[in-house]
Order: sequence, then structure tokens, then C-alpha cells
Amino acid sequence: MNRVAIIDYGAGNLASVARAVQECGGDACVTQHPEDLATAERIILPGVGQFAEGMKRLRARGFEAALKEQVLARDTPLLGICLGMQMLATRGAEGGETAGLGFIDGDVVRLTPADAHTRVPHIGWNEVSYEAGEAPPLFAGLRDGCDFYFVHGWHLRCARADLVLARTPYCGGFISAVGSGSLLGVQFHPEKSQRAGLRVIRNFLSM
Amino acid sequence: MLKIRVMPTVLSRGGELVKGVAFDSWRRVGSVMQAVKIYNLREVDELVFLDIDATVQGRVPDFGLVADIARECFMPLTVGGGIRSVEDVRRLLQVGADKVAVNTAAFEAPGLIEQISAQFGSQCLVVSIDARRRPDGQHEVWTRSGTACAGKDPVDLASDAESRGAGEILLTAIDRDGTMTGYDVELTRRVTSRVRLPVIASGGAGRAEDMALVIERGGASAVAAAACFHFTDLTPLDVKRHLAARGLPVRL
Repeated sequence: MNRVAIIDYGAGNLASVARAVQECGGDACVTQHPEDLATAERIILPGVGQFAEGMKRLRARGFEAALKEQVLARDTPLLGICLGMQMLATRGAEGGETAGLGFIDGDVVRLTPADAHTRVPHIGWNEVSYEAGEAPPLFAGLRDGCDFYFVHGWHLRCARADLVLARTPYCGGFISAVGSGSLLGVQFHPEKSQRAGLRVIRNFLSM
Repeated sequence: MLKIRVMPTVLSRGGELVKGVAFDSWRRVGSVMQAVKIYNLREVDELVFLDIDATVQGRVPDFGLVADIARECFMPLTVGGGIRSVEDVRRLLQVGADKVAVNTAAFEAPGLIEQISAQFGSQCLVVSIDARRRPDGQHEVWTRSGTACAGKDPVDLASDAESRGAGEILLTAIDRDGTMTGYDVELTRRVTSRVRLPVIASGGAGRAEDMALVIERGGASAVAAAACFHFTDLTPLDVKRHLAARGLPVRL
């Protein structure tokens, strides 16, 4: 069975992610122990939290080194969700400038309303439009412009255009999916995005 | 484009689904779990679950019940009732809440808003404001499930909550609650004009038309409703079809 380690760093909607992974046929293992990553076939770094606080907890539990080993050296597929995607970046500004995991060349900055009617945080369902015109493997089987559930006040600015998989039209447009190969991140919550979200998780499990 | 959310509200007293009128005359209308399962099947945009007894009885949230609800939900879940500490929030998020709604504690201990947003980010903190209209037409905030008058203007409380780090406002007009006579559009307009946060309008929805009005004239980002979904044939999908026909962005 597809063993999926879901990293518990003390802030995150772990139960929902685990439940969605199980629904998609994965063996969800919520863990606080970095050594569990070595036996996992896939890793999910979930969301909900504040950047500086999230990184502090991730480091305190020893996950930074373990993630580098598994993801960068051993190519274990990783999916970052919401804050989990943001923490893949070089650095973030929420809660004071803090170094991220540095897997993706970019910064996490505040969403800035493009006009007086735009409200922040960005909360609710919004489209995800593929950067390349066709569906990246993570979105296989889903039409371009599908709605997913977002709840965030910050977003990733990525210096590498080739890593941008999808964007969402809010606050001038932001990156809603990023990555390459088996290193992936999504700004929305697939575990809360009903059928489309479960499809993304199923795609991740079959990579 | 960001879609308008149509959100059923599930009110619980000891695990039973209840609905009242103007925060009073509560009656049992079914089981919480049954309602959650139905809304999950209908793929609603988001669900609001409020335990209306927890604070009044001095209880912490019922984490077991929230875990049961979250197990049935692949939809976003906002949970409120009895939240008094950062630890309560951590446990609710752990068992599957996506956002938490703080009402009484946001007024009685405003520092909690800052603590929650510093730990978990603003995006997961909904400040829930219940307002009642006085005979002179002014609005006043009430806490403890509408049993204690806080004597503050809801617009000021919303603005204060925003500056302390709230991510969203759930604004309920107590006088309209359960009446199905329409939202308090004026109250909603006052709050949406003052804050830049998304505002969820609540209290009074009877028809899809009511929802359209509070969005178009009140500036609401989302509409919450309970009575019209429990007691009439109206479904969240009917509402969204109506909103779409009026040119409002919804997820169908």
C-alpha cells in the first residue's frame, strides 16, 4: 500500500488531509518523527498556520534535514499544501522574515488587493488555470479553470517561471500550483476541494 | 474569479441540530451528523458548525463531535462555540476544522485574536459578531449566544478585530435570525464598508432573493443560512442557480 507520511508540525488540519489520503487509497501516517519519512513512499506537508511559526516548529522537530534528505537526495514525492507549499520557498515574510526550506526559488509575500473591492485574506472557491495550457500531471483529468478552495493571506512569488504550474486570478494573479517532477506545491486545499481536490490527491499518489 | 459562498449553518446543542428564532425558542430539527452528511453529499461551498451551548455552559468545544463531523466532510468547515484559548484552536484544527469562529472571547479577551492569528495565521480566524437592533435603530453587539449585551457597535468591533488579526467576519443579525424575512442589509453594508476582510452575512435568509440582495447591496462575500434550508425546499444549489442568473459568481 502507498504509505504517505503527513508531517505534523503542531499546526495544520492533519485529520482532514489524512482522511482525504485514505479516501484516495493511500496509507496515511500522521507523524511527528522525522525518521518516519525514510519509510514513506510519499510525503505531504500540510497547511494552516503562520510562516515563521510553522518553520520554527518544523525545524524544532528536526524535519528540515529529513526533508532535504528524502526529497532532494532521494526524490521521494512531496506535496506541500497551502502553508506547506509556501514553506518550500527560499523565505517568507509572515511573522518576520524567515528562511524557508529553500526547495523552490522564491519569496512568500502578502496578497495585495488590486482594487478597493478586493478583500484579503483570499477565502473561498476560485479557478486554477494551467500555465502551460494543458494539465500538468498533478491535475490530470481535470479541466483547465476548475474551482478549488483557498484560504490564505500570503502567496508565493517564484523567481523560476518554469516551476509555475498554475495561477489563480486574484490580487493581480498569484501562483496556485508550483513545482517540477515529484516536488510539488498547491496553494489551495485539495483535501477540502471535494471531487476536484480528491482527484489531485489521487494523481499525487499515482506519481 | 472568487465565488460567492453559500454556507449552511449547523447549530448544535449537545449534538442535536437545533434552530431558533432571534436566538430563542430553540427547537430540535434533527441530528447534527445527519445534516452534515447531507450537506457533504450536496457539495456545499462551506459548512459552519456552531455549538451554541458551550460558552453559556462554560464548556470547551466538543472535540469528539467535531472530529466526527470532519470525517464526513470533504468541504471546508468552520467551527465555533466555547473557544477560549490557543490550545482550543490547535485541537480543533487537529481534528479537522479549517477555520475557527470566536465570538464571546473575541469581545471579552480581545488579546486572543492576536494570539490565534500569530500562531495559526489570520486566514483561519473568523470573528463572529452577533448584533441586535435597539429600538432607536442602532446596533449593539451581544455575546454568550445572544444572552449578554456587550454594548458595543458591531462596526467598531469588526474594525477592531481586523486590526488585531482576524481573517473574516461572520455577522449575524439576531433580530432576523430564524425569521426568514431577509438579511439586515444595512448592518452588513455598514460593516463591509468599514473593513477589508470578507464578511459572511447571517440571520434572516428566507429566499434566494434575500441572499442576492445582501451580496449586491450589503457587500457580503458569503451568505450563511439555516432555517430556510431546514424548513423549506430551498437548497444551497437553488440559491447558487439564482445568484448565477443574476450575474453573481458562484461555483455550480
